[in-house]
Amino acid sequence: MIRLENVTKTFDSYMAVDNVSFEVPEGEICVLLGPSGCGKTTTMRMINRLTELSSGRILIGGRDIMEVGATELRRGIGYVIQQIGLFPNKTIEDNICTVPDLLGMDRKASRKRAHELLEMVALDPAVFAKRYPKQLSGGQQQRVGVIRALAADPPVLLMDEPFGAIDPINRAVIQDEFLKLQSALKKTVIFVSHDIDEAVKMASRIAIFKSGKLVQYDTPDNILAHPVDDFVADFVGGDRTLKRLQLVKVADAMQADPPRVLAETPVAEALALMQKHDHQSVVMTGPRGRARGLVRRAQLQGAQGMVGDHYERIPCTIQVDDTLRNAVSMMFSNDQTWLACVDQDGFYRGYLTQRGITHLLGATYRDA
Amino acid sequence: METLRFALENLPQIMDRTVEHVSLVGAAILIAIATGVPIGIAITQNATIAKRVLYVAAIIMTIPSIAFFGILIPILSPFGHGIGYLPALIALVFYSQLPIIRNTYTAIMNIDPALRDAARGMGMTALQRLWQVEIPMAMPVILNGVRNAVVLTIAIAAIATYIGAGGLGTFISRGISQTDSRQLITGAVAVSLLAIAADLFLLLLQRLLTSPGLRTRN
Repeated sequence: MIRLENVTKTFDSYMAVDNVSFEVPEGEICVLLGPSGCGKTTTMRMINRLTELSSGRILIGGRDIMEVGATELRRGIGYVIQQIGLFPNKTIEDNICTVPDLLGMDRKASRKRAHELLEMVALDPAVFAKRYPKQLSGGQQQRVGVIRALAADPPVLLMDEPFGAIDPINRAVIQDEFLKLQSALKKTVIFVSHDIDEAVKMASRIAIFKSGKLVQYDTPDNILAHPVDDFVADFVGGDRTLKRLQLVKVADAMQADPPRVLAETPVAEALALMQKHDHQSVVMTGPRGRARGLVRRAQLQGAQGMVGDHYERIPCTIQVDDTLRNAVSMMFSNDQTWLACVDQDGFYRGYLTQRGITHLLGATYRDA
Repeated sequence: METLRFALENLPQIMDRTVEHVSLVGAAILIAIATGVPIGIAITQNATIAKRVLYVAAIIMTIPSIAFFGILIPILSPFGHGIGYLPALIALVFYSQLPIIRNTYTAIMNIDPALRDAARGMGMTALQRLWQVEIPMAMPVILNGVRNAVVLTIAIAAIATYIGAGGLGTFISRGISQTDSRQLITGAVAVSLLAIAADLFLLLLQRLLTSPGLRTRN
């Protein structure tokens, strides 16, 4: 969708971007990552020709960006900046409709679209549409900044450290909101950041820059697991393997289709089941499969009757669509070596062990 | 009391002179806006030129008005306009330049570069940026400059009576030459009231032309 071929930018004799080539497939978020002055912003700004390239080619949807006029090109590309840049003299809805108005789109239709977009980021249009930027908080303003870029429904979005100036709590919320929007809209996004955690969270692919050169272009998991050199390894951090935990869902790491017992299962049968699987405990489910409790092998030894007479409460369960990062956190804070994994309705889907996590994270090294 | 009686008896004449005064100042200000605002915007493109233009405008301000009128007499005489309305108008246009150019320049320069970047990045042309963003944002400060210029030219226009441009200055000059304090005070008070009224009117206009999003209160 977006393709850079040997793109170079020199300012006088200084090489800001040095022979960079990469391609971003449609619907993906590509995060350009690196320290200040590494050329990531310049690279992004060449895509909408805010900075003209010195040599090389950039194609969007197969079309060379030099074939269209700069203003026409920019109207077809959403643009979000760290400083937000809402026009203080325009109302929120007029700000959102900036590009539709420039394109001469129908006013009524674009205002209606603006209201829909406001609703998508949880800003009530009845309250906010007619307000002015200064009447909004920083977080609210940046939400408007993002939907302003989406108003004319461009296929491509350029975002220059869009959430960099927002406090950490609000930033996480806006990042989540944006990912939700993105899963519905499927834009091709170039996202500049200097924050590895943000990159890991947002990116389908990460491009790491150093002194104008693209040093590694890969999926977040590969960047974290296999940094190409010391620079990348240092940049992604010594705890990079822990960061990978954020990329994996519980469902992908758990032991699915686990053994289970019912309240009316005889104690002897439960013991045999645990012995067979070499487990120290087993989850007891309700008749339809909801996790209800657990029984331990040590306590059932020599006991009589049914499982329902001996079960205890499960200390904690994790949702299958949660990340491993939260799962590990839950294990540590509850002093558990395994977790029962349940879906949204509370049905028991599998169990997650520390060994299972270690095994999964290590797989990429064993294959190599 | 005597002054008041004089003023009341000559009310129609005062009104005539006021109209003269206002039309002179009004014409000068309109021309000054039409020249000063574009100059103020144009010089934002080049810091060196901006410095020079503002310097020249400041020097013009320091020329005593009587001297300025004097300079214009030999220049305009060949065209038959050495004295009267035209030289007065030209002088007032020049005097108005500094506050208008300076305020326009400062206002445009003070606009957050991020706004310009956002406007450019969304595909506004230079002209669209000017009309939709830069001028609306600069409007309150530009109008402040216009207010300064109006008050200034109302005062200077009173002196233009010496080159036969009429206006409320007539009462003042006659009052001096005839040592008639009634005329002198009438003229001076009328000029002051006119300046205050014009300033209040422009303040109202400033409120109306400024986007609610830019007002400092609320």
